[in-house]
Amino acid sequence: MSFFDRTAKSFLLVEIVKGFALTFSYIFRPKVTLNYPFEKGPLSPRFRGEHALRRYPNGEERCIACKLCEAICPALAITIEAEPRDDGSRRTTRYDIDMTKCIYCGLCQEACPVDAIVEGPNFEFATETRAELYYNKDKLLANGDRWEAQLAANIEADAPYR
Amino acid sequence: MIEAIFFYVFSAVLIGSAAWVISSRNPVHSVLALILAFFNAAGLFVMLGAEFLAMIMVIVYVGAVAVLFLFVVMMLDIDFVKLKAGLVKNAFVGFIVGGVLLAEFVWMYLRWGMSQVTPHVMMPTPDMAQVNNTQALGMVLYTHYVYLFQISGLILLVAMIGAITLTHRRRPDNRTQKVAIQVARNPKDVLKVEKITSGSGVH
Amino acid sequence: MANSVTEQIQGLWNSDFSVAYVQPTAFAGLHVLEFVVPLIIAVAYLTYAERKVLAAMQMRQGPNVVGPFGLLQPLADGLKLLAKETIIPSGANRGVFLFAPMLTFLLSLVAWAVIPVNAGWVVSNINVGVLYLFAISSLGVYGILMAGWASNSRYAFLGGLRSAAQMVSYEVSMGFVLVSVLLTTGSLNLTAIVDAQHPFWVSLMLFPMFIVFVISALAETNRAPFDLPEGESELVGGYNVEYSSMTFALFFLGEYSNMILMSGMTSVLFLGAWLPPFGISALAVVPGFIWFALKVCFVLFVFIWTRATLPRFRYDQLMRLGWKVFLPFTLVWLVFMAAVLLYNHALPGMQGG
Repeated sequence: MSFFDRTAKSFLLVEIVKGFALTFSYIFRPKVTLNYPFEKGPLSPRFRGEHALRRYPNGEERCIACKLCEAICPALAITIEAEPRDDGSRRTTRYDIDMTKCIYCGLCQEACPVDAIVEGPNFEFATETRAELYYNKDKLLANGDRWEAQLAANIEADAPYR
Repeated sequence: MIEAIFFYVFSAVLIGSAAWVISSRNPVHSVLALILAFFNAAGLFVMLGAEFLAMIMVIVYVGAVAVLFLFVVMMLDIDFVKLKAGLVKNAFVGFIVGGVLLAEFVWMYLRWGMSQVTPHVMMPTPDMAQVNNTQALGMVLYTHYVYLFQISGLILLVAMIGAITLTHRRRPDNRTQKVAIQVARNPKDVLKVEKITSGSGVH
Repeated sequence: MANSVTEQIQGLWNSDFSVAYVQPTAFAGLHVLEFVVPLIIAVAYLTYAERKVLAAMQMRQGPNVVGPFGLLQPLADGLKLLAKETIIPSGANRGVFLFAPMLTFLLSLVAWAVIPVNAGWVVSNINVGVLYLFAISSLGVYGILMAGWASNSRYAFLGGLRSAAQMVSYEVSMGFVLVSVLLTTGSLNLTAIVDAQHPFWVSLMLFPMFIVFVISALAETNRAPFDLPEGESELVGGYNVEYSSMTFALFFLGEYSNMILMSGMTSVLFLGAWLPPFGISALAVVPGFIWFALKVCFVLFVFIWTRATLPRFRYDQLMRLGWKVFLPFTLVWLVFMAAVLLYNHALPGMQGG
């Protein structure tokens, strides 16, 4: 490009005008925003959201208190205490997850041999107090009951890749 | 009446802030007080009907000069103890300089008068109702006093160039951006786009 | 009893003192309110418009929850700021810290005293309107500089210093642009500047100056791409990091009303304020102040558009543009304009002789 061309181009602000035209044209493009509380984006079956403890179809809780999740948790968010139950099976008496510590890495569900602890598709569990985020066994089991259909579907969808 | 009130308000604040300039312990406060003083001086100019001078005063002194003052003073790290150490020693000299200035003012005030100025230098003050003072100033500055005006401009220019030459150092190790060269670079000259077939690698 | 009280008030109102001092003050106050109230509302909706336009250019929605189309968003924002706690840092210089936002806001309002919104619609039609505007806009730097210094924070201080250097630099070329406008009109009075009818070739010569003015206005108001004093990504908010609540709100209001002021100034100096565009007399049906508002809105749109388009300048690039591009260019163009006007006998005061 000749010197004259370059000078004329920079004095006539050609590049800047082109840029302005481009941004202006974007006004007429369709918006990509989701109207969030009313519209939601798709979630992968592997999505790692709020934790849940699952049960077998007969109502028996899956967790056998092996404490693998507690051992692997890098954030030390899980606390488990266990005792033999009256029928002799090993069960947890206490299963707490401190959701303020949890980093949602998903290692607990990887470690679980019986698919008991899973991270579900729910990510809308914001609370107004800190205490509400210290989940205990009841809360986790309730979560499992609430999301069971989707949890099972997700595990099945992801199974071929495991 | 209302003019008188405004005059006294402007004057009082002007003198007060001038006193603040020299008495304040914090140099930044001093500069801020100086700005207030400039403002009130501009107010007094407006009351004299010299609105052009007032605005120029604000633009030049407050808008530019004082900004640079403030700029420098804010970056200074001033040690008040050291600053005060010389106070007693230098007070005598200070008083002498102040006394001479005061004597000059008193002398000028006592002998105030226009009679000794030769009449042809004096320009009649134009009627404010017909010519606004921007025009009046321009007519005098660019006709009668054009040489003085140009010379004062030259002096300022010399001072500016002097300041630049005194402070400006060319540092050979300083790597600066040469925008013209960067802009002149053409993608065609410096970029080569190659189609690489997978597995063959770059030759 | 009540009757006598009203009579007394009427008597006081019509007394000599009242007629001489109180009544003019009251009317002037009302006159000022006529400008300030619409201005504050305009500022509120400018923030809304900015968010909406930016959103549109970035393929987003913008605020749309509070009220229909999010129209009540500025009110909600204002309320939120009002309800927050004013925090004064312990190392801050209290007086200066609190004075700075007030000054910024005050100056952005005071300048409107001389802007003519329509033929004759102006608070104070002074002889040196252009200089007054220039003086007030050059004072805007003090609010920022004082805030930066008084906060006793390095980020804020850097922001203040940047702002000072930037504003002083761009005022120079802005001054030359103003002088070029004065060359063509021969008056410092804003109403006279609007009324001056230029032949087409004069407007054509003024056009580069208009561009320089708009760019300098961006720099003067610390808007993108010259928003280095704020520089969120490097100075975490610059001069206003330490501010919260109403003190921050005042800075915010001041910044946006400065934007409107600069747009008003641009439309008065270059776009013919209340006159219908291109001198089409049929368009004069629309009242002048609406033309003025439309022109101001257009310039504001350009301000926002710029923010959506250009990335922030680096500081040395900013200084280079001001001193090595704008200053020589405006200087040369000013001399060129003067020469052409002189040759055509079109300088003010020459038309007659």
